[in-house]
Amino acid sequence: MAQSSSAQQTIVNQEEKGFKLFLKRLKQQQALLWMTIPFIIWVIIFKYLPVWGWTMAFQDYKPALSFSEQEWVGFKHFLFLFQDDRFLGVLRNTLAQSLINLVLGFFTAIGLAVLINELTNMKFRRTVQTISYLPHFLSWVVAAALVSTVLSVDGIVNEILMGLGLIDREIIWLGVGEYFWGILGAAEVWKNVGWNAIVYLAAISMIDQEQYEAAKIDGASRLQRIRHITIPGMKSVIVVLLIMNIGYILEAGFEPQYLLGNGQNVEYSENIDVFVIKYGISMFNFSLATAAGMFKTVISFVFLIAANSISKRLGQGGLY
Amino acid sequence: MAKKKRSYMRTREDKIFDTSNVIFMIILCIFMLYPFLNQLAVSFNEASDAIRGGIYLWPREFTLHNYEHVFEKAAIWQAILISVLRTVVGAGVGLLCTAMVAYAIAQPHFMFKRSVAIIFIMTMYFNGGLIPTFLLMRDLGLIGSFWVYILPALISAFNLIIMRSFIEGLPQSIFESAKIDGAGDFRIFFKIVLPLSLPVLATVALFVAVFQWNQWFDVFLYNSSIKELTTLQYELMKILQNSSTSSGDAASAFVSSAGGSRESVTPKAIQATMTIVASVPIIMVYPFLQKYFVKGMTLGAVK
Repeated sequence: MAQSSSAQQTIVNQEEKGFKLFLKRLKQQQALLWMTIPFIIWVIIFKYLPVWGWTMAFQDYKPALSFSEQEWVGFKHFLFLFQDDRFLGVLRNTLAQSLINLVLGFFTAIGLAVLINELTNMKFRRTVQTISYLPHFLSWVVAAALVSTVLSVDGIVNEILMGLGLIDREIIWLGVGEYFWGILGAAEVWKNVGWNAIVYLAAISMIDQEQYEAAKIDGASRLQRIRHITIPGMKSVIVVLLIMNIGYILEAGFEPQYLLGNGQNVEYSENIDVFVIKYGISMFNFSLATAAGMFKTVISFVFLIAANSISKRLGQGGLY
Repeated sequence: MAKKKRSYMRTREDKIFDTSNVIFMIILCIFMLYPFLNQLAVSFNEASDAIRGGIYLWPREFTLHNYEHVFEKAAIWQAILISVLRTVVGAGVGLLCTAMVAYAIAQPHFMFKRSVAIIFIMTMYFNGGLIPTFLLMRDLGLIGSFWVYILPALISAFNLIIMRSFIEGLPQSIFESAKIDGAGDFRIFFKIVLPLSLPVLATVALFVAVFQWNQWFDVFLYNSSIKELTTLQYELMKILQNSSTSSGDAASAFVSSAGGSRESVTPKAIQATMTIVASVPIIMVYPFLQKYFVKGMTLGAVK
């Protein structure tokens, strides 16, 4: 009995010490606190506070009313979305566009990295790399202007295809919905392939050069060396990026879809983000737009956390 | 870097491979550059002549008239001013704020090191979405103000991680000896860490600057009706949108509202010229700074 109370006594003492220590350290580190507190407040206001706005998805939100006066409607907007043919089409577009971008983006970036790595002239290699990054730094507005010019009726694409006799009449590329996914995929590759290749090139540069020398002595051809040394050497980076990209599957972006989308291709161009912009900003249906956006964010969040933990479990390190 | 001397033992197969690889790369470069060079040529070509088509990489009837025409308008100067301002202010302020938080969470003894990092990193996984963010900006009174371009984009978690990794890589002994000399954290940050972090500061400054220069959506969303706060990208976007719907050419509005005597100016020529104006600063800058970009990119991606 006495023993236990004295034990309790020491625990209390320790706690007090711990708390005092805490205060002491707090004081010691007050400069670091001052450096972070303003930005913690910033991040809470600008990044976390908007999540509160998700309540709108469960209301018939009217901007003129205060929060307590809003009418709560439960899952009405979500039910509407999933019975709405337009939204189901939007969902299909989002997934299709992302998948096409994912697959195309992956193979082209890996392929480009391998081929750039095989260039023997360093100056040429650097020039090629510099040129291949260029579109990445242009805005999507500029990129969309370029894409629509190239694809216009009198644009170079029609001219080349006509010249080769592959088509016998100019095609209005952006006016045919069925072409949109392909155009978007090609535009994304054009814009980002050089940039995306950087990571793979970095991975290739980590490969032990002796492996190549040994393979050469064994009489391995160029293609065999690529297949058996370069590609396996990139494997871990490929796996991590693949997993992370699958995590981003619903985050296909909205800029090219919005900027290249038009009345004729809307059935194929409109993805969730564009849908949110149209319903929210143009039609002022805040609740429905928020419900659509919230749906996307929640699914994405789950995907990303899963992707991150899988890639961590594989021992490759996640996003952080 | 990877291949050093492979000149010895070059087989016939090697030669075929190398030649076709070089040819492929040249085609790739043309593919990358052509759309831009073509618009450059069109922008320097007489506008009514350009309609005839057949302009590829070089203007047929050279003129500066398209540029004169675009720069005649007061709106373009306003757009340039705002574009430059948001780039400079955004990069400067963003850099300082990001570096400060990065410094704090890079200190091994900082008690809230982990929690602060997590609070920021979480923002990479979710966002409130368009409408709630829009309403927040409205409630904060930022709509119709220049600061709506700067404040929401103050710190990006990605840049924060890049900077933290860099500062963590600095030798700890410098901090310790500075502390023994009685320097506080602010002093160490400004006098020691910032000067030592120039490479990573350059990288992040460039990321932010390119982001700011290329933004058009926040103008569209928050300030579309305010002429004084328009940017180059947004002006180009309006031209693009109107030419694609072809209902009442906006470029032609741009064309007709300009005063004075002139030869013909076409929407096509105006769009080409604006495309060049909106991208030239980036194109001029990025080749010189690419090593910083690449460094930041690999640092951020490979852990």
